[in-house]
Amino acid sequence: MTEALKLVPKAEARQTMKDFKSDQEVRWCPGCGDYAILAAVQGFMPELGLAKENIVFVSGIGCSSRFPYYMNTYGMHSIHGRAPAIATGLATSRRDLSVWVVTGDGDALSIGGNHLIHALRRNVNLKILLFNNRIYGLTKGQYSPTSEVGKITKSTPMGSLDAPFNPVSLALGAEASFVARTVDSDRKHLTEVLRQAADHPGTALVEIYQNCNIFNDGAFDVLKDKQQAEEAVIRLEHGAPIRFGVDGEKGVVRDPATGDLKVVAVTPENEASILVHDAHSASPTTAFALSRLADPDTLHHTPIGVFRSVDRPVYDALMAEQLETAVEQKGKGDLAALLGGNDTWTVVG
Amino acid sequence: MTSQVSSPAEEAAPDGPGGEADARERLAGQRGPTDGPDGAKEVRRLDRVIIRFAGDSGDGMQLTGDRFTSETASFGNDLSTLPNFPAEIRAPAGTLPGVSSFQLHFADHDILTPGDAPNVLVAMNPAALKANIADVPHGAEIIVNTDEFTKRPMAKVGYDSNPLEDGSLDAYNVHPVPLTTLTIEALKEYGLSRKEAERSKNMFALGLLSWMYHRPTESTEAFLRKKFAKKPEIAEANVTAFRAGWNFGETTEDFAVSYEVAPATAAFPPGTYRNISGNLALSYGLIAAARQADLPLYLGSYPITPASDILHELSKHKNFGVRTFQAEDEIAGIGAALGAAFGGALAVTTTSGPGVALKSETIGLAVSLELPLLIVDIQRGGPSTGLPTKTEQADLLQAMYGRNGEAPVPIVAPRTPGDCFAAALDAARIALTYRTPVFLLSDGYLANGSEPWRVPEPDELPDLRVQFASGPNHTLADGTEVFWPYKRDPHTLARPWAVPGTPGLEHRIGGIEKQDGTGNISYDPANHDFMVRTRQAKVDGVDVPGVEVDDPSGQARTLVLGWGSTYGPITAAVRRVRAGGGAVAQAHLRHLNPFPGNLGEVLGRYEKVVVPEMNLGQLATLLRAKYLVDIRSYTQVSGMPFKAEQLATVLKEAIDD
Repeated sequence: MTEALKLVPKAEARQTMKDFKSDQEVRWCPGCGDYAILAAVQGFMPELGLAKENIVFVSGIGCSSRFPYYMNTYGMHSIHGRAPAIATGLATSRRDLSVWVVTGDGDALSIGGNHLIHALRRNVNLKILLFNNRIYGLTKGQYSPTSEVGKITKSTPMGSLDAPFNPVSLALGAEASFVARTVDSDRKHLTEVLRQAADHPGTALVEIYQNCNIFNDGAFDVLKDKQQAEEAVIRLEHGAPIRFGVDGEKGVVRDPATGDLKVVAVTPENEASILVHDAHSASPTTAFALSRLADPDTLHHTPIGVFRSVDRPVYDALMAEQLETAVEQKGKGDLAALLGGNDTWTVVG
Repeated sequence: MTSQVSSPAEEAAPDGPGGEADARERLAGQRGPTDGPDGAKEVRRLDRVIIRFAGDSGDGMQLTGDRFTSETASFGNDLSTLPNFPAEIRAPAGTLPGVSSFQLHFADHDILTPGDAPNVLVAMNPAALKANIADVPHGAEIIVNTDEFTKRPMAKVGYDSNPLEDGSLDAYNVHPVPLTTLTIEALKEYGLSRKEAERSKNMFALGLLSWMYHRPTESTEAFLRKKFAKKPEIAEANVTAFRAGWNFGETTEDFAVSYEVAPATAAFPPGTYRNISGNLALSYGLIAAARQADLPLYLGSYPITPASDILHELSKHKNFGVRTFQAEDEIAGIGAALGAAFGGALAVTTTSGPGVALKSETIGLAVSLELPLLIVDIQRGGPSTGLPTKTEQADLLQAMYGRNGEAPVPIVAPRTPGDCFAAALDAARIALTYRTPVFLLSDGYLANGSEPWRVPEPDELPDLRVQFASGPNHTLADGTEVFWPYKRDPHTLARPWAVPGTPGLEHRIGGIEKQDGTGNISYDPANHDFMVRTRQAKVDGVDVPGVEVDDPSGQARTLVLGWGSTYGPITAAVRRVRAGGGAVAQAHLRHLNPFPGNLGEVLGRYEKVVVPEMNLGQLATLLRAKYLVDIRSYTQVSGMPFKAEQLATVLKEAIDD
């Protein structure tokens, strides 16, 4: 285990998925994408080998935010949008904990947008799992800040008017040091992304496309249907040329005229110019350009995988260092000296 | 304002002859004139003085007042201060809204307020004179900076003629001093620009006042050298201006008399003292509470006037293990604090009224999670942005009721600047013992005002240590040992505090209603009713001492009851009434929720109960509702504290009614 979790105590015995299942009945709608994510997380946790009492899941409000109840770790189901703030207090005061935030597109990007962007810029040691189903589920089907324009919902019978957020673009703009996207139904990919997120020192944002089979069923079918996915999904792998389609017939190149990225058919002539994905690039520019490839309506050319993973000073480590430095410079706090100050006088009885 | 060093029962410095009421007259007159040595100037002895420094917001009046206060504190007088400044950082120069002032009351005896009216006004410009003259009684001394009384500055504030020459100040004892010119002259050898040199005129004025009142000067010189350590030239210029001001007083004939105010030896029980402001005392109280609880202190906060100084202060003490987190907003400030509380810290958020409004939902969550959390509200004028730099007590009902659902929160209120220390410890005690958020309601007047404070020894402080849950606390029917996060202590009704990292106690908590005991989600109607009543019962059962009544004559039929920062003016008023032969009983509430157990009985003992408040009667509303008593509510929402004389009149009227 690297830097990110070195202060977290290890489990004494080998763990299994069962160790992470709480005794609570899971109450999501049958068929909800959340089940698959829960199973993937519970299945992945033993791999980390951390003492489970040192793992905490914090959530906000929404369907996804029931998640902590089902994990046999410490957990808090808090209030709408505030999970990153609460988790920040916990992670900055307890560096021996592995703190995870579970949130949704409404929770993280609408009511809690401010906390999300500030957690990302601070780079607190948090792993944020953003379940994006592009709809409000718990309040029964209003459009969300990631819904496509013109979405017909209960609150928008003539179609929604506002342009959606692209969570990956937003996170990169908010100085995130780790940004990834994955899909609920692709357990292998989801697990691999979780692995990299857990390993990242600092805030990791993982957008998980999640199907709401009640209010927005099939929103991501184009990425899941094997045939359609060939065209729609671009799998990012650090160090590999960005190619997709049947037999990698398509690729991403930089347009010399604009500097932007575009999709081309790969030919022997252009093969050498296919962009090689560099998740560790100091500049977020190319990662941002990748995040803009997807068509927000059709989801064609949707990259999944780790867009960006760079080392940047971690807030809670810096905070702890300041405390140590203060002790080095001034000595351990002496309450009597503090209360007395420099300007006292004595009254003798 | 000397709660640490005296009680209202103390008869030190009664009013009437020799007391607060007639000090103004006495300033012009004298008590025991002390002739100086031959050729030296006359020195008169006073028992108390009220000085107000007033100038432009850029003139450094707050610093001047602070320094004079420090000199006075180290001299051993009792004192009380009232800084008063605009919300604008630099309002347009020379205008009435830009006037900043600092009033200081100091005495050779126990005093309680910054004083109703100044005996001495230092006016650095026409705006300062115009903005303050209405508060200055005839016969008082006015020191004016004549350099600023030129056509444009006077016209700016609507003086058609020069008030220094047109006779409008004849009723005062005016000392015209060209402060700017004298300062520039004194600093000419430093090669500073005119503008730079002019900046030291506040130190010239401070030097002059320090001479007038025989203040010790060493601490101010040391302070200046430290403050400008990186610019020794500026440090020396300020020291020179300060000394020039002193020497000016000593030599010029305009100042024929200087005054002595003896140390207030009798007012203070033995001990070590310092001067302290409310926000500083509160910050120290938090650090002390964390030490006494043996927990790390965690502050999640967002800057807001007048609470920011607590964030500033605590951030200086990282060597005590104090973590301060400046959040992105008020909600994140309390969110981070609550997260730290879950992790086992003594968690605090500091704010003022508008911030409390934003934090309300999280306070409700803390009520539901039953975790310890201190919410420090330094109240200011409202509603909305209101009067950010002025004082008010109008958040009581917000603290009491400002949440959705039944969400009771204990409320603690300090009464004087120094008392903020003890109040912080008390609030921490309640939060930790009962696993609940607690409001600490200070206000702008306490926050920025200061008084002498007896420095406690650490071993005098209460033991606040808590026991984290360490193992199972419940046995199921089948004999299995389990941990129930909502199984309560039968006496306090507090639930166990099981912090992450404790093996075997993994549990989930949240804002959804929980089943009694297990803490699992429960929508059961009877369980909800039970949990709502149990959370209320827990807060109702918080252990608070009975309210003490001060009624030396035992004959009073009128009770004056206050809470928070009105303690000083109410107590000064009570002294005046008693000195005039009136019988009045006084009680003051530290705990607003729950009320002390004996409060109903105390209220029932008196025919008339007067409740002065800096709001429209919020405590009165609570008392009427709970005790069905006919309260005489007396209210003021001017952004300024009550004056002693004003309250004395109210009390006399009530007594005579």
